[in-house]
Order: sequence, then C-alpha cells, then structure tokens
Amino acid sequence: MSLTDQEVRHVAKLARIELPDAEIERTRSHLNAMLGLIEQLQAIDTTGVEPMAHATELVLRLREDRVTEPDRRDACQAVAPAVENGLYLVPKVIE
Amino acid sequence: MSAPETVKSLAAKLAAGEASAVELAQDYLAKIRAANPAINAYVETSEDTTLAEARAADALRAEGRAGPLTGVPLAHKDIFCQTGWHARCGSKMLESFAAPYDASLIERSRAAGLVTLGRTNMDEFAMGSTNESSYYGAVRNPWNTGHVPGGSSGGSAAAIAAGLAPAASGTDTGGSIRQPAAFCGISGIKPTYGVVSRWGMIAYASSLDQGGPMARTAEDCALLLNTFAGFDERDSTSLQRPAEDYTRALAQPLAGLRIGLPKEFFGDGMADDVRAAVEAALATFRSLGAVTVDVSLPRAGYAVPAYYVIAPAEASSNLSRYDGVRYGYRAPEYGNLDDMYAKTRAQGFGAEVKRRILIGAYVLSHGYYDAYYLQAQKVRRLIAQDYEAAFTQCDLIMGPTTPNTAYRIGQNDEDPMAMYLGDIYTTSVNLAGLPGMSIPAGFGAGGLPVGLQIVGRWFDEARMLGAAHQFQQATDWHLRTPPAA
Repeated sequence: MSLTDQEVRHVAKLARIELPDAEIERTRSHLNAMLGLIEQLQAIDTTGVEPMAHATELVLRLREDRVTEPDRRDACQAVAPAVENGLYLVPKVIE
Repeated sequence: MSAPETVKSLAAKLAAGEASAVELAQDYLAKIRAANPAINAYVETSEDTTLAEARAADALRAEGRAGPLTGVPLAHKDIFCQTGWHARCGSKMLESFAAPYDASLIERSRAAGLVTLGRTNMDEFAMGSTNESSYYGAVRNPWNTGHVPGGSSGGSAAAIAAGLAPAASGTDTGGSIRQPAAFCGISGIKPTYGVVSRWGMIAYASSLDQGGPMARTAEDCALLLNTFAGFDERDSTSLQRPAEDYTRALAQPLAGLRIGLPKEFFGDGMADDVRAAVEAALATFRSLGAVTVDVSLPRAGYAVPAYYVIAPAEASSNLSRYDGVRYGYRAPEYGNLDDMYAKTRAQGFGAEVKRRILIGAYVLSHGYYDAYYLQAQKVRRLIAQDYEAAFTQCDLIMGPTTPNTAYRIGQNDEDPMAMYLGDIYTTSVNLAGLPGMSIPAGFGAGGLPVGLQIVGRWFDEARMLGAAHQFQQATDWHLRTPPAA
C-alpha cells in the first residue's frame, strides 16, 4: 500500500493543510514510510477481538444540567486573532 | 562534590528555616540565566512572577500554613495552561497564546505552594522523541551538548539534569516522560492513565496522554505525584478513586519482589552499552532480595505500529481546533474561510506535526478506518492482555527504557522512522494505560546516561516508586551530575 500524489493532496485537503506542489514528493515519501510501519499490523489475527478505544473501561459520568462555568468571554476572546463586539471574525462565508 | 539538591532536601531546608523560598528561587534563577542559553531547556522565565510566587510561599510559612512542599521550586512543561505565562506547546501556532485559566496540575501545584521557575521546552505539540521539533529550537543534552535530551519532555529532563530545576512536570503519550528521563539520567513516572487530570493539558492523543512528575529521585517523584494526582470532574477520563500516599512503600524491602523480564525487551535491537547497564541494575535488584522471572509480551513488537495509527488519528482530531479563529496563529493573507484554515495550519504547524495529522486523517478516512484504525485498537487490546498475563507471574516488569543512549542532534533528520522505532519499549505501556517509570541505571558509551524502565500493574505506582527508591538507596547514578552542571 502506498499513496499517490493525488491521495496525498486529498488527505491534505481533509486535514485543511495547504500543501504546495514542491512539498508533495517529500510528504508522500514520509507518509509512505509511516504506512509501511503500520502495515505490519495486518499480520496479526484479531478475529473476535473487541477494539480497545480507551486505556481504561470508562463509564461516562452524568452531571446535573445546570450552569457551572462563569462567563469568561472577554478573557477567552482576548487570545483570539480577530474579534469585534464579542464575535469572532472570519472571512465572509455567505454572500 | 556535594549531592545535588532534591525536592526532599529543599523542603527540609525550608522547614528548618535554613533557606527561604525567595532565596531558593533566586539561586535557581541565577543558574538559569547562566546556563540556559547553552541548553535551551527553558522557553520562558519571568523572574518577577517566580519571585512573587516565592514571596507568597514564604508568607504562608510565616503564618504557619505551609504544606510539606511549600516554597519548593519546580519547572512546568510548556504544555500546561498556566495563567501569567505563555503556553506555546513548542509550536509557532501558539506563539501568542497565554491561557486564561490554570490546568488542573497547575492548580494542584499552586495549592501545594510550589514555585514556578519557568516553562520548559518540548517537541511541538509533544510529537517527537528528540526535542528537535520545537519551534523554539532544539534542547541540548547537558551530558553532551552534541546530543538530544530526548522528548517530548526534553526541556524538563535537561533542566533537572543541568541543575536548573530540582523537578518538573512532564507528559507522556508514548514515552515522553520516560525516554527523556533515560537520556538525561533522571527519574520520571507516567502514572496509570486517569490518575493525573488532563484538564488544561494541551491534547495530543487523548486516550494515551498522561501527566506526571520528573525529578532526580524516585522519592521526589512520589512526593510530587502526591501533589499532582487526584480526581477532577472536568476531565471525563479522570478516575474517581480515594486519594493515596505514593510514598507509602518507599521503605518496603525488596525481598521476594518478583521482577518480570519480557524476552521481547532484551532482543537484538538493544545496544550493548544499554544492555550492560540494565543487566547490572537487575543484578543490584537481585542482590537486594528481588527475584527475576522470564515473561513474554508476544505482541510487544506491534506497539509502535499500533501507536502510529492511534496517536496520529487522535491528534488529527484534537489539532483540528487550531483553525486561526479562537486562539493562536492566523495566516496574514488568505482568501476565503477554507483558504484561511489551510494557510494558517500550513504556516503554524511544523513538519512532524503535519505528518502526524496527515497520516491520522488518512487512517480515519473513508475506506481505511477498519483496516487501520479499528485493527490498531484491536491490537491495542491484545497488547494490554499480554501485560495482564505477564503480571500473573510477576509484581513489576523491568527492562531498558530505550534501545540506545541519546541520539546525536540531527541524527534522525532524514529518517523519522528510526526515531519512531526508538520508542519500542515505551509505547506499549501507554496503549495498555499502565504506569511506567524510568530511573538512572548507569552510563553507556561516551558517558551518556542509560535508563531502566519499570512497569507496574494498573495503580501500582507506590510499589514501583518503592522499588526504585530501594535501588537508589543502593546506587548513586541518580545523584551524578554532568560536568558542566
């Protein structure tokens, strides 16, 4: 299994990371090396094995449905790249 | 030469009135000013902030309200959100980020009166085993500055080895506390998953990430784990268990302790100098009354491949939050929203982080999820079951922490796979969620430190720390300091 340039571009698009043409070849080579490593997993018979999604068998706790966090909007927005009137600014999405 | 200071020795000085927290802080800040430029262990210091914390600790003591560690200085890995400091996580993406809240570990550290000396360097988003992926420059190993300190908690390990902090916080997703501890000749423990809250600890791979202490001695690790551990309702994976005293088994003799030696950890991949040091350490354990038994972890060799599916998959999801909208870096020029995301992430992330996000996105993508991600999760269960079976025959498992001593700087530049495979003994412990630690076991070629890994059953940290402490009563590797320190 090895990735084509087109697959590398597709994955980069999924991950929202711009990948200039000049970086495709090097990226492809590194990703294929990683795939070569993880391909080894195919050698193990896992028939009937339950996937282990977490390190411990967790039961999610429930809590009362009430407000527990104070309003810290200003402190949280102070670290944002662009805000105005309490709103995060992004390029226009709807024309 | 006198023995280096420890958390315990500094706490005793403070309790006896032989030193104030301010004096200790000033002493360390002077050492950091002098020695940090050469090793780059700290990425941020703020003498005013440190001294204000120290004055507050001294005031608590004057009022008779000091705890056992009040006034002891330590460093925090730059992955923990901490008000008054940046939390840059080794990344350009978070260069401007200063958290508006304290991580749980920081809250606990503050409540204990520990004084922050500064923030330690790390691989970008904790992804790396050499500290070379930090946007803020590589950290140098104090034992030989041509070598790496390990990673990702390399700044913490190097700071302790160089005498620029008596202890530090670290995090460990695939070995990031244990491997740098081994490379720098210090002690460090990754607790059982869920023992230390992840709240406010910047996420890499959430089902594997675990914070813990790094220090010179196992005893110091136990004292600090008492501070860091505890239930936290804000972390949905924090375990609701009664508080325990991790120092309780320090005086426990080793007679009858059964140490399992997995044959898979003693195979061909290990360098001769590492093998010699580890064998000598095991002989010391036997001379102290422990018995060694051969055990097997048949699927251990698949831990690195399983890790490089699971960790990048979780990372690709966790790191989707860096979108240039709510915090951190935003590209200066862009077109539409999608273009802003793509340029922000292309410019804000380094090469190693991008690789892991991309492979993570791939293994989770349509058509490959079952073959890679689910298969890795199934192998993860088999690896955990192997440990469970081995622990029916022994109380602790020991072996080398790493197959080699510290890499040369730049050694793995063109071959990241070689670096990945260096985590062969540590990643399985995270996959199984078990506690693991590394303690100094001697020195290899060129005077570089060798680490001994100790793995325990779930929640068996006290026994591990006790065994490590007994070993450290019989050896002095943990007290050795590099020539320059």
